[in-house]
Amino acid sequence: MNLDDYRRAARAWLRDNAPAGETPPEDAIPHAKHFMARLYDAGYSGITWPARWGGQGLTQAEERAFAAEARHFSLPTYVFSIGLGMTGPTLVDRGSDEQRERFVRPLLRGEEIWCQLFSEPGAGSDVAALQTRAVRDGDRWIVNGQKVWTSVAQHADWGLLLTRTNPEAPKHRGLTMFVVGMRDPGVTVRPLKDMTGRAHFNEVFFDEVAVPDAHRVGEVDDGWSVAVTTLLHERLSISAGVGMGRAKDDPTSLEALRRTADTSDPLVRDDLVELHIRTRALALFNQRLAQEAEAGLFPGARGSAAKLLLAELTLFEADLATRLAGPSAVVGTRDGAGAGPLAHAISLAPAMSLGGGTNEIMRNIIGERVLGLPPGPRVDKTVPFKDLKVGTQG
Amino acid sequence: MRLVLTPEQRELREAVRSFLAAAAPPAKARDGYDPAVHARLNGELGLSGLIVPEEYGGAGAGMAELAVALEETGAALLPGPFLATAFAALALTRAPDKELLTGVAEGRLTATLALPVVPDGLTARAEGGGVTLRGTLPQVLSGAEADVLLAALPGAPAADGSGAPGESSAGGSGAPGESAADGPVLVAVDLGGPGVTRVPLETLDLTRGQTRVELDGAPARVLGRLGAEGAAAVADLVAVALAAEQLGVLRASLDAIVAYAKIRVTFGRFIGSYQGVKHKLADMHCKLEQAESVVRHAAWTADEDPAELPHAAALAQAYVGRACFEVARDHLLLHGGVGFTWEHDAHLFYKRAKADEVLLGPPRVHRARLAALMEAGEPASTEAAGEPAPREA
Repeated sequence: MNLDDYRRAARAWLRDNAPAGETPPEDAIPHAKHFMARLYDAGYSGITWPARWGGQGLTQAEERAFAAEARHFSLPTYVFSIGLGMTGPTLVDRGSDEQRERFVRPLLRGEEIWCQLFSEPGAGSDVAALQTRAVRDGDRWIVNGQKVWTSVAQHADWGLLLTRTNPEAPKHRGLTMFVVGMRDPGVTVRPLKDMTGRAHFNEVFFDEVAVPDAHRVGEVDDGWSVAVTTLLHERLSISAGVGMGRAKDDPTSLEALRRTADTSDPLVRDDLVELHIRTRALALFNQRLAQEAEAGLFPGARGSAAKLLLAELTLFEADLATRLAGPSAVVGTRDGAGAGPLAHAISLAPAMSLGGGTNEIMRNIIGERVLGLPPGPRVDKTVPFKDLKVGTQG
Repeated sequence: MRLVLTPEQRELREAVRSFLAAAAPPAKARDGYDPAVHARLNGELGLSGLIVPEEYGGAGAGMAELAVALEETGAALLPGPFLATAFAALALTRAPDKELLTGVAEGRLTATLALPVVPDGLTARAEGGGVTLRGTLPQVLSGAEADVLLAALPGAPAADGSGAPGESSAGGSGAPGESAADGPVLVAVDLGGPGVTRVPLETLDLTRGQTRVELDGAPARVLGRLGAEGAAAVADLVAVALAAEQLGVLRASLDAIVAYAKIRVTFGRFIGSYQGVKHKLADMHCKLEQAESVVRHAAWTADEDPAELPHAAALAQAYVGRACFEVARDHLLLHGGVGFTWEHDAHLFYKRAKADEVLLGPPRVHRARLAALMEAGEPASTEAAGEPAPREA
């Protein structure tokens, strides 16, 4: 099937199967799972994933064609975005065959929901400073500690968990990655209310949680290299918008602003032109990265540039939308439902600059891995982890 | 849409890049135009004939290839009439002339194009079987080096007569309706010929000159009718070509300061290890990535999707022109005091970037054009991950 045919088929399928009307609430899980199963059975989940593990084995071209069509709909895929964008690709890249066999297909079919457990209160940008401990106990590991900023943990069946297994080693060399059952005894999930007033993510506590050694991903104390794989996928999936499906009714989009703002005002026109220029420049960059990937050139750290630009554009867009709207931007419009759509957008806008690595971390990555600039002096790389200061010190 | 180079285009880039690295490094740029380098560029690499159709002895390549070449000449701050000749060749693709095109293809003729594409202040008169031009073009790119000037008149010069009906007055509201009705025509003037006075100007850009050209009854040859659409297309092609040069200037500026940040030490550390420097360089890299994407897209559009060209060309100038100056500016600043010295090359990039940014008019014209095109319903897609939808069967 050529690409145009593929695209037309995808469009037809979406027209017949995508849910109509408003985006359902993020916790409408049975509804989302039902949709995901149909998406999978139609061949539109895991489009580029290896066929052996349940994917379609197609190329980025088909993936992008489908994503382009899907943008016209509000698909209820949010709860699967961590699995599809990050933990799934990590298992495909680094998991054992048993793990791929067990986890990948149910993930793609929406039967099981995944979350990612890396960040901690004392380890955000510096995630390798994490303190959650896993101690070996025969053919299992006992986990104690706390994770934070964990999206969809409250719905998750499984989590990809990064732990410290060797505090005597330098920080990057004493970490190990596991798959943990989120409903196992000792796992507690608490919603964390963010600045939008909603609970987009959670705190997760581990109290004497047992994890079988068969659920270890990669070698003992080699968890950092697995985490790097995940983070790379995270940046790429964020920049490509996979699973994050930009809502078609986004009140800060250029299309929406053209409808609501006075486009005869030359100052407004220039603002909209600026938004248009930035949006197009980034869209073309993303398309170029995708074409390079198709040609076998993996974007690697350059994906961080796309992520940084998207973060800046997201803030610019919401900021501009509120400035164009004026006073009405900051008040509610729905009874009892909290702030209006623009107030929500400006509250949510910083998230993109923080999640998946802050803008500052992105700039470090671009500077050091793309431009080859020398790193800053590091006091933490060779010292045993137990001798380091971590997190916020009095 | 193709945004990555083909293997052939990569080869072309390598060939031009290595030639320029040896024959015309930026350090040589302040010495000005070197006709010997220009001749070799056209002779050994055939660059002048790149976009000249094969029937006129050229390579018949497209804007994608020309953009690759211009990116490299921009990165080298190549002095002389290479860009101006490319502008003229682009105009000639819309009104082909065998003599001029073969001359350009063979590298024995340099040319320039009056800007804007239909300039103000020219008066044409048809007399005695020929056409003569009067008026002043205040700033002609590489006007001192070019052999031939091309200019678009708003309409065909009418038959010899006395007074207004016999004249076609560029840009003037008094132009006779009938002659202008079919739109602009392209004419050529021999800049070494009679009735032409060239006054070289002091320019900000030390590496490439501009010239005031005074025409007083200079004989001109009518090459053909561009029409309004053709003239607009030429302006778009020129905008894309310039953006390709700007991409090269941007890239070379960034490369230079990144290299310096890796060897310059302050307070016991390489300056590139400081986040104050590193983060700025990262932002400059983001501009490079987007600028390259915008230029590749515009060049592809010029070759393959003419309906989208007006939008892609306006975007190219609006984005790349600004990005190029900003990166050249920050590259100069990050050098510290040495970047402000005459001896250092940083100001050469800074000045070329500024000269290029305003070459086609105040940059707001490109933004205004984008606004007008958005209003007219272009482009097909503006969404973040956007790709135009395929046409329904």
